[in-house]
Amino acid sequence: MHEYVTELSKYAITIMMAIYTFFCFWVFRYREEEKRRWIYVVQNVLMLLVQLFCFLDLYLISRDFQYLFFYAFVQVFLIAALMLVPLIYENINHLLLNNMCMLLGIGICMVSRLSFTKAIRQYVIVLVSLAISMLIPFLMGKIHFFKKLTWLYPLVGIAMLGIVLVVSEVTYGSKISFSMFGITFQPSEFVKIIFLFFLAAALWDNTSFGRIVVTAILAGIQIMILVLSKDLGSAVIFFFGFVMVVFVASRNYLYLLAGVVGGSGAAYIAYTVFDHVRTRVLAWQNPWQYIDDQGYQITQSLFAVGSGSWFGMGLLQGNPTAIPKVEADFIFSSICEELGVIFGICLILVCISCFIMIMETAIRIHDRFYQLIVYGIGIMYVFQIFLTVGGGIKFIPLTGVTLPFISYGGSSVMTTMFMFFIIQGIYIRLKQVEGERKRVRKE
Amino acid sequence: MSGKNESQARRPKKSNKNEILLTTYFFVLLFIGMLGYLSYYVATNEQELINNSYNSRQEILLSRNYRGTIFSRDGEVLAETVLDAEQNETRVYPFGELFSHVVGFSTQGRMGVEAQANYYLINSNTPLNNKVANDMAGIKNPGDNVYTTLDVQLQEIADQQLSVYDGAIIVTEVKTGKILAMSSHPGFDPNEISEIWDDLIENDTSSVLLNRATQGLYPPGSTFKIVTALEYLRENPKTYSQYSFQCNGYYKNGDSRINCYHGANHGLVNFTKSFAKSCNASFANIGMSLDRNAFADTLSDLLFNEKLPLSFQYSKSSAIVSDDLTTDDMMQTSIGQGKTQITPIHLNMITCAIANDGVLMRPYVVDYVANDVGTLTKSFKPSTYGKLMSSEEAGILRDMMVAVVNEGTGTKLKGLSYTAAGKTGSAEYNSERDSHAWFTGFAPAEDPEVCVTIIIEGAGSGGDYAVPIAKRLFNAYFTEKAEVDQK
Repeated sequence: MHEYVTELSKYAITIMMAIYTFFCFWVFRYREEEKRRWIYVVQNVLMLLVQLFCFLDLYLISRDFQYLFFYAFVQVFLIAALMLVPLIYENINHLLLNNMCMLLGIGICMVSRLSFTKAIRQYVIVLVSLAISMLIPFLMGKIHFFKKLTWLYPLVGIAMLGIVLVVSEVTYGSKISFSMFGITFQPSEFVKIIFLFFLAAALWDNTSFGRIVVTAILAGIQIMILVLSKDLGSAVIFFFGFVMVVFVASRNYLYLLAGVVGGSGAAYIAYTVFDHVRTRVLAWQNPWQYIDDQGYQITQSLFAVGSGSWFGMGLLQGNPTAIPKVEADFIFSSICEELGVIFGICLILVCISCFIMIMETAIRIHDRFYQLIVYGIGIMYVFQIFLTVGGGIKFIPLTGVTLPFISYGGSSVMTTMFMFFIIQGIYIRLKQVEGERKRVRKE
Repeated sequence: MSGKNESQARRPKKSNKNEILLTTYFFVLLFIGMLGYLSYYVATNEQELINNSYNSRQEILLSRNYRGTIFSRDGEVLAETVLDAEQNETRVYPFGELFSHVVGFSTQGRMGVEAQANYYLINSNTPLNNKVANDMAGIKNPGDNVYTTLDVQLQEIADQQLSVYDGAIIVTEVKTGKILAMSSHPGFDPNEISEIWDDLIENDTSSVLLNRATQGLYPPGSTFKIVTALEYLRENPKTYSQYSFQCNGYYKNGDSRINCYHGANHGLVNFTKSFAKSCNASFANIGMSLDRNAFADTLSDLLFNEKLPLSFQYSKSSAIVSDDLTTDDMMQTSIGQGKTQITPIHLNMITCAIANDGVLMRPYVVDYVANDVGTLTKSFKPSTYGKLMSSEEAGILRDMMVAVVNEGTGTKLKGLSYTAAGKTGSAEYNSERDSHAWFTGFAPAEDPEVCVTIIIEGAGSGGDYAVPIAKRLFNAYFTEKAEVDQK
């Protein structure tokens, strides 16, 4: 009898996801957060229903009670996050919170389908990340010297990335992580935040040519270390973030042009100098020719997306584990395979709604320092999604980065959550400032 | 934020709203593009991906469903999976050798419709309540059934006519591109493919597994004069009817010499008569007068050296005309000898385009797919590939092909209840002057419905050996049609 449930839930999940996504954009019709309340409540219900159906599927097909226990734990986390955060911080942005929970929920469900032990690890990390993240808005309200630490940030960044380069284990040909107390860290993830604080601090009040050159040199050193560590995905994200923040800080299109030219030149040099870059471009151009080796990952990913088709094969009914490193770099393909491409497209649109919300927030912020941080986070976030999704469907060459909130990977999920709570902290300040302004105007 | 910093931050700065908006729009557009790409990819590539042997999902589907049935267009079973009491599966081909290449097999790799429609055959769209019932009973679901355009009667005649000869026959519907029959000899019994496989692979000298109709590359012989004639028409649209040539049984240019078939002497011939009589000397003469670059363009218009719009395995035809060709090679090429090679399916497509006012319909063999209770799940409509030539050019070629039947090498098709049209060929393939017998043509000439292409390896002249076969196929087609119309 379970076929009825699993077959119908396939469509139910897609439809609920589509409605959720619709509301992600519908909220922008209303200027006031207060008028959006009902939408957020509907979204919460849909989110929990998607979770219910997904885990029900997992249980019915595997007949393994572990999924039911895990479901309970995940729901406790989601409900707690959805209730606690607004309770502590009155003025948060609910869309970002909802979407974060939605993406975390889908991610952890999918990871549990791919590898149950990894899902448990991921769950613990998400829990710890949330606990730390809850402090961020509070700290940001108390600490005001962030914009004075300008030259400290790059020193810390260079030190962290440099240490990894020197003392590190080699994972998949790139030196990007080290282990401590049995937990593997990928410092480039955390350095992203420090990097953005550096750019914002250096450029918020001074965008003279001299200042930009100095900033470029310090940013360049960090990017070079990433390149030497063969962490190309991060290097590209850092570079792109740098170019865009300089552009928005200076409002000078010439810097944007210089960034595009420099980026293309660097890409060309990387292509000629590094074997592994060439391999990836070749595998992108014609994966079928190299299906046995360099093209293996991408072709398996294409199989997954293709066989999933619009509504997916159903959870546990496909074969996503045929893709090497699926839970980190190719989670999007596995989602398309089992939950369907419509679901996958909705998922990306949810991420886009986060991006638009972040950009809208950035526009409203008058304090350039905080504005640049919010803007930089938004850019890095959306660009990383572009890299991982585009790489998985052969739209662009593979870079091997994670899908924020969804992929397995502690450092990735923790960093993204920190970023979202930094935005929440700034958003709360913004609401206070805007509230004050209104009051002043009324008086 | 306190004191000095706060005031600095509030120092009036020009808004960077536009720059932020610009990046926002940029990314939104970029993602729309990417999601569009993803949708397009999924909409177009699904089954090709499933069929790839590196895709492990085929085994998953086969562990849940057993292969569906393949039907002929009149509802006869061409391939089915039979289950015994223990649910063991056997793939059965009731017609044995008859459909060996075109329907193919699915156990030793895959071939034919079994390969091309594999995705549909191993997917099951059986109603949900059946799925549930099957699951409770612990049995597999039936895969979807594939309905082909193949006609058992025509296929049987084609097979009988080839008899002991090696060769191929294709029968297609001109206006739709439906493949009604496709026979290739020698054949094999797909029921025994596992037992005969090793033998076929190791000791095969006659390429039994090759579908000669689509993969066999032959010298086109005189059938290629269709192409040479088309090029001459294109270069002399006003004056071609004034062409004349005195045939003394050969044509000489420098040291190069071309003889007419079996030394025939055609006398004074015009353009149509050169074609009808298949005069080699005259066509060598025509060939030497042609602009070779324009000829090369016409060759690609007719899909030589190009991919064909086919969804099954085929070989690429090749024909080279360029300024580098020696006089001898150019003369040989003009009459379809030399290095030129063509597959029967390609010649059939060119003939169909001539019959259909220059428009080529994509040939296809899978008509529609339905689940086990008969609900349609996928239908393949006739689709136009494009125009290979103008309708005027096609009209002139049609008239010339009628002349072949009325006064040329195809007179064995004369005086029937319908008017047939076509072109014969006798393609020499060794130095002993042995030849393959070709015929490609259509009927009725006034409003073409059916097109046949025949090659009989090593039989002799096309007029003597291939044309009578075409006659039997045309007869069978029209008799069957009359029977259907009566009902």
